[in-house]
Amino acid sequence: MNALDNARELMRPDRVWPFLVPPAPPIDVSKQVLLYVEGLSVSFDGFKALNDLNLYINDGELRCLIGANGAGKTTLMDVITGKTQCDQGSVYFGQTLNLLERSEPEIAQLGIGRKFQKPTVFEAHTVLDNLEMSLKTAKGIWQTLMARLSPGEMDRIDHVLGIIGLKAQRFRLAGALSHGQKQWLEIGMLLVAEPRLLLIDEPVAGMTAEETERTAELLTSLAGEHTVVVVEHDMEFVRSIARTVTVLHQGSVLAEGTMEQVQNNRDVIEVYLGEDA
Amino acid sequence: MNWLTQLFAAGRTPGNRVLPFVTVLFAVTALASMANLLLPETSPLHVSTYTITLLGKYLSYAMLALAVDVIWGYCGILSLGHGAFFALGGYAMGMYLMRQIGDRSVYGNPDLPDFMVFLNWDSLPWYWLGMDQFWFAMLMVLLVPGVLAFVFGWLAFRSRVTGVYLSIMTQALTYALMLAFFRNEMGFGGNNGLTDFKEILGFDLQSDATRVALFAITALLLGLIYVVSHLILKSRMGKVIVAIRDGESRTRFLGYRTDRYKVWLFVYSALIAAIAGAMYVPQVGIINPGEFSPLNSIEVVVWVAVGGRGTLYGAVIGVLLVNYAKTRFTAIMPEGWLFALGLLFVLVTLYLPKGLAGLWGQLTAGRQRKADTALPQEAHP
Repeated sequence: MNALDNARELMRPDRVWPFLVPPAPPIDVSKQVLLYVEGLSVSFDGFKALNDLNLYINDGELRCLIGANGAGKTTLMDVITGKTQCDQGSVYFGQTLNLLERSEPEIAQLGIGRKFQKPTVFEAHTVLDNLEMSLKTAKGIWQTLMARLSPGEMDRIDHVLGIIGLKAQRFRLAGALSHGQKQWLEIGMLLVAEPRLLLIDEPVAGMTAEETERTAELLTSLAGEHTVVVVEHDMEFVRSIARTVTVLHQGSVLAEGTMEQVQNNRDVIEVYLGEDA
Repeated sequence: MNWLTQLFAAGRTPGNRVLPFVTVLFAVTALASMANLLLPETSPLHVSTYTITLLGKYLSYAMLALAVDVIWGYCGILSLGHGAFFALGGYAMGMYLMRQIGDRSVYGNPDLPDFMVFLNWDSLPWYWLGMDQFWFAMLMVLLVPGVLAFVFGWLAFRSRVTGVYLSIMTQALTYALMLAFFRNEMGFGGNNGLTDFKEILGFDLQSDATRVALFAITALLLGLIYVVSHLILKSRMGKVIVAIRDGESRTRFLGYRTDRYKVWLFVYSALIAAIAGAMYVPQVGIINPGEFSPLNSIEVVVWVAVGGRGTLYGAVIGVLLVNYAKTRFTAIMPEGWLFALGLLFVLVTLYLPKGLAGLWGQLTAGRQRKADTALPQEAHP
């Protein structure tokens, strides 16, 4: 009987044998910095979208990036996630992992999740399927073909559905959700993936005041366990969540500090906040 | 017996209606076969061997349509060259059948097919070796199109060729193969292709029993491929495939290597097309380079579009309707068929984007929309 139990344990369909699991590259954060961006330059047809940009994100912090249109916020995210090739510079995840040599899927599997400006959920799938595909699991073809939701994964999805408030809509098609709900679903897709670093592009665009408030709460609660980088135009929102703010201007960092410091910075007042005032 | 319960569970899940489809398919096959073999020819219910062969041909086409539907309807890859895989599978089967003729050919050469004797060749080219073995020929039916699809897909999808560019490349692929197979020096019978088959595995190809058996095997394979495709598309992999169709770059950011998914789905689809070709040739009795013609591949796309892409049964319905129409139409007005086909494609694209399978949903949605428009709406620019 014991041998049979052992055999069953060995052949459990929801497990992968340890020697088949590719070793997850360890993320070295011994210097408390999770993301190093140094001397980064990207140009499109002569236009310098990023110009010798330096940025360090600490492990577990919540950072806001602000800047006028064309300041390079989205381009920076594109480079980090592997969508855009850069001309110069280096991007390291932890101290050892060079992100510039990796493809989008590899970077995603390292634990960098991204939420796009426009909510991009899979509209032909149900909310549940959207979350299932985003789970942090093996993403190879064979594993995906044979995949069954394990009880642990179901709990994880359930938990996230609770956080994003879409429990009742789990079997609805994502395409039938409202704009705000899609935003939340996309945040949920990030959460089930348990990423180390979340890059969030304009999370509250098109949300009601109440939804915005809930998003702010959620993002603040995520910091610590995850590292969160938020790009946002809504200054009220930034003020409500940010501890450290980085201001980008014409592809490089203009100022960095608390909201207070940044608001009183002479350069910033001139080029960015000045427009509003 | 876990897989058995899964199989039955698959039949119950909505979407592709596996159980009804397989039941209807097998019932029709069994009835038609019995009506041909057991009833006397004078009986009004007798099904002629001509009809049986015609049905067998339709079912091979249905397999081909499934192949296109799997990659176009579910993954958004519009292949306009699937006829190439179909024809390659057909040629591999044709080569086996050719070698079975032996010394019963016109020239009576036991070692060489007629067209080689005619070309004054004195021995078989290397790529014909082994094709007299059934198992080897069947292996080639799968291997040659499979490897071609893998290499083509690997090159195309890794360089992120998509959309209309990919479609054009697939057209070029099948066109290039057509030109190559037209050449006599290729050793595939050139213009005339391979024909005049006598027997398969020792059974006479002209006899009713063999015809019925081939028809039944085609139906069986179609059912099997239908179920397997359904299982693949219902799995998480299937969800990822649809996700690739709807947002490939988004899927990449979830950590899926979309190029690999596309390559393997393309290979799977090519294998289905190859099996379809291999079942087509012994029933029709000929394979020639015309099967590679780009027009054939486009016709497959029309079948799928008419039936409804994105549903497996839709593809099969499309095949049966369009081909029945073709059989009828070409008998009355042969030169008008291509115009009718083009018109059909335009009409379906304009008015039935989801094909016949989507007609019901469209009707109910239309009623819904009428109810909605009663409410004031914001003007769209």
